[in-house]
Amino acid sequence: MQDPETGTQPTQASQHHDAGAHGQGGDAHAHDHAPHLAHHFDTPTQQFESGKLGMWVFLATEILMFGGLFAAYGMYRGNHPEIYLYAHHYLDTTLGAINTIILLASSFTVAWGVRAAQKGQRKLLVTLLLLTLLGGFGFMGIKAIEYTSKFTHDLWPGSANMFYNPTLNPMFADANDPRAAQLEAIRHLEEYYGIRGGHGGGGHGGGHAGAIEQPRITLTDDADPGDAEAASGQGEAPGPSPAVERSMINPPAVGAGGLSEEALGEAPSHVAPHMPAAAAGATLTYEDLPPTEQSRAHMFFQIYYMMTGLHAVHVLVGLGLISWITVRSFRGAFGPAYYTPVDLVGLYWHLVDLIWIFLFPLLYLIH
Amino acid sequence: MSANPQATDIYGKPLPADADNYLTHSRGIASWLLTLDHKRIGIMYMVAILTFFFVGGVFALLLRTELLTPEATIGTAVGMSEDEAYRFYNQMFTLHGAVMVFLFIIPAIPAILGNIILPMMVGAKDVAFPRLNLASWYLYMIGGTFFLWVLAKGVLNSLFPALAGFWGGGGLDTGWTFYTPYSSSASGTAVIAAVFGAFVLGFSSILTGVNFIATIHMLRAPNQGWFRLPLFLWALYATAIIQILATPVLAITLLLLAAERILGIGVFDPARGGDPVLFQHFFWFYSHPAVYIMVLPAFGVISEIISSFSRKHIFGYKFIAFSSVAIALLGFLVWGHHMFVSGQSAAANVIFSLLTFSVAIPSAIKVFNWVTTMYKGAIRLDTPMLFAMGFIMLFTIGGLTGLFLGALAVDIHVHDTYFIVAHFHFVMVGSMMFAFLGGMFYWFPKMFGKMYNEFWGRVAAAVIFIGFNLTFYIQFVAGSQGMPRRYATYLPEFQVHHVTSTIGAYVLAIGLLMVLANWIHSLVKGRPAPANPWGHNSLEWHTASPPPHENFLRAPRGSDPYHFDQWHYDETIDGYVLDPEQPAGAAAPQPAPAHQR
Repeated sequence: MQDPETGTQPTQASQHHDAGAHGQGGDAHAHDHAPHLAHHFDTPTQQFESGKLGMWVFLATEILMFGGLFAAYGMYRGNHPEIYLYAHHYLDTTLGAINTIILLASSFTVAWGVRAAQKGQRKLLVTLLLLTLLGGFGFMGIKAIEYTSKFTHDLWPGSANMFYNPTLNPMFADANDPRAAQLEAIRHLEEYYGIRGGHGGGGHGGGHAGAIEQPRITLTDDADPGDAEAASGQGEAPGPSPAVERSMINPPAVGAGGLSEEALGEAPSHVAPHMPAAAAGATLTYEDLPPTEQSRAHMFFQIYYMMTGLHAVHVLVGLGLISWITVRSFRGAFGPAYYTPVDLVGLYWHLVDLIWIFLFPLLYLIH
Repeated sequence: MSANPQATDIYGKPLPADADNYLTHSRGIASWLLTLDHKRIGIMYMVAILTFFFVGGVFALLLRTELLTPEATIGTAVGMSEDEAYRFYNQMFTLHGAVMVFLFIIPAIPAILGNIILPMMVGAKDVAFPRLNLASWYLYMIGGTFFLWVLAKGVLNSLFPALAGFWGGGGLDTGWTFYTPYSSSASGTAVIAAVFGAFVLGFSSILTGVNFIATIHMLRAPNQGWFRLPLFLWALYATAIIQILATPVLAITLLLLAAERILGIGVFDPARGGDPVLFQHFFWFYSHPAVYIMVLPAFGVISEIISSFSRKHIFGYKFIAFSSVAIALLGFLVWGHHMFVSGQSAAANVIFSLLTFSVAIPSAIKVFNWVTTMYKGAIRLDTPMLFAMGFIMLFTIGGLTGLFLGALAVDIHVHDTYFIVAHFHFVMVGSMMFAFLGGMFYWFPKMFGKMYNEFWGRVAAAVIFIGFNLTFYIQFVAGSQGMPRRYATYLPEFQVHHVTSTIGAYVLAIGLLMVLANWIHSLVKGRPAPANPWGHNSLEWHTASPPPHENFLRAPRGSDPYHFDQWHYDETIDGYVLDPEQPAGAAAPQPAPAHQR
């Protein structure tokens, strides 16, 4: 790349245009100072400290960015705890736990890699970075398996999600009775995921679920705009336009109330009988949810996909960065005098790890 | 004014004809587009940002013209149906707001003046991360391109309606706030492109903030402690804190909004089980602090100008410095005052109202310190000072009316009326734009090595001041009488308000064009600027105008930036010079007052 800045001035920091080209030590440019020192810094220490400060500040922005998602998570979980209690069963805790261990191990290898770079142990550094890469790709592989298994069961992000309001859901667009079709599909899914026992199992009164279905359809219909009182302001509308015009702000008492208040206040005869079973530790099924929560159940998956998706994007960026410093360390670019990129990429990788440490229990380990 | 044909250094000696300066250091378009020099990046920002300022101004004039009569003024003139005319108006105020906020007000002072002046003020050769700096300019351009795309689609769709079926709606009609669920499910305009534009611009802003924090921490000149930083840098530092802590929240909000529009995830849509008020919380958690991203740098510029043109040490240095930081931190705690009528709990309303009042304290501290600095000063009414004095007056009005809006009962009456439009234009335009123009005139000699035309500068400042007040003062009256904002039509009794306001907008536009003409004319014909035309002692004046490629021929040492005694007026160059016997930046002969430590 042409460097217009340097022109005739040999002390300019032309090396910064092409990071991959140096580190060989045999660079053509004649410096009167350390080879990696940019022209506007006085000492390598000042440059290193600046880079580190910049990285920490950048990591603060990352935390704030994920902070928005954590806030959304907290708000929905606070207002709708049953959804999380129910829907987290669709996540595979074992795979999540393996991924947690993998990321923790890769954080360890990259931290050790920084030390290897500081001590000039090139082979060890390359090995550790390759191990870190392996961990990162392993994490993404398992993540891909998890996502794929969700997709094959129609647990998509967005409006194609199985739990999405059936009248808006393209999946059930052709069904005569979209609601019934959705319930049927969900029942099969629950059986597959072991949330519900086989046919006739599960202690929910009635082997054929059609008996339970009927009142629930009625309850869902209660939430129509025409009958908004019954839904006490937080019901679901079948289409977007009427709902847009209504205020959807939860009254404080209901928002904080959670399951039991709504159940008792709204539909005691239908929902309350299930409560002891849920409280006693039996797995909550979709039909145990109050109707207002049933129509929101997809929100768990939306938040799951947004959080893990944004995290996965960060993992991918991290893999790119680690590949870049692996190549550079293979060429011997780093040593006791200069290891800034290893240090900074390591910091970034720790942050990616740290965010997963929060995501895993918040999404997978819900009780 | 003596016409001196030759550029001079800080000692008043003529510079050699082949003296290095950053403008002529290298040539060719690539030497600009690939530059890592903070000054050139600042100039590129200037060109881009002023272009978008012009675009946003055109929208402003169109919407003011639309409001000349209660009917659809422009729409009728060009033969639109009533419905089309009102949609056109919705797009005008949305695009005016979005372009001005995201592309002009937020970046203008930090990205132009901050980029050019900040490294020089700390005596450095560049910002800490020059490549990141260039990257943030490119991000700005990409974000701006998204908005141009939104605009182009809007124009093309209106010319060839069939195109809308091909590539979807154009323009933008959500209001600059992108409120859901209108933006997520109802609006037929190019919301996604605009959202991505704002998202990318946010990253430009974040990277600038990261750069400024690292530069101020790590690259200060020897002997330049934190309390020898010019107050402009304290303001930029406080701004950078907000940029890095608030902007990521906007980023995630816009991502969620885009996901909602593309995939239908429904987090903000009540029809899908989401909560639209959550969007407002997220949006204002960024956008209220963003108000301080807009106005804090303006405070910094004003501190420099007031002290400089009063020929007096700034009064209450530490109070001004810490009040910037206090505003930055308090600014994070008041977002709920945008949502007093959005169904927040009464307790939240009371707390947010109280916290809103508390922001007035550091703001008032600044105003009192500026006025006290002027007290018994030897005031020079040059163009920058005229803008600064206009700033103090307009900011005081804008700030005090903010207290009206922070009061719960009053806010319910004036919410979403022209009162609020007038309030934030006093703060955004009256304050930020005046400080920006003042700062541009103040540093114009440093940036380009040419003096602007003082007479026409003063005239423009007066015209802008009159035009601004004509436009917006009357809107307080209209708003308090019940004229709602964002309406294309109004009751006939409001016509006198609207006509006055529209005439004021034209006057304002004329004033701004006079500024532009002045700058362009001065770039070509202006006399060479002395190194230090104002006698200010901050480090950017300790080098030639325009500065050499690496800013200083000899690394400067820090000293009290507001101690002007070692600069002596030299009438042959109409500027201030140092005594060559006394090295630049040497300690002042007097015992250092407490604020210098």
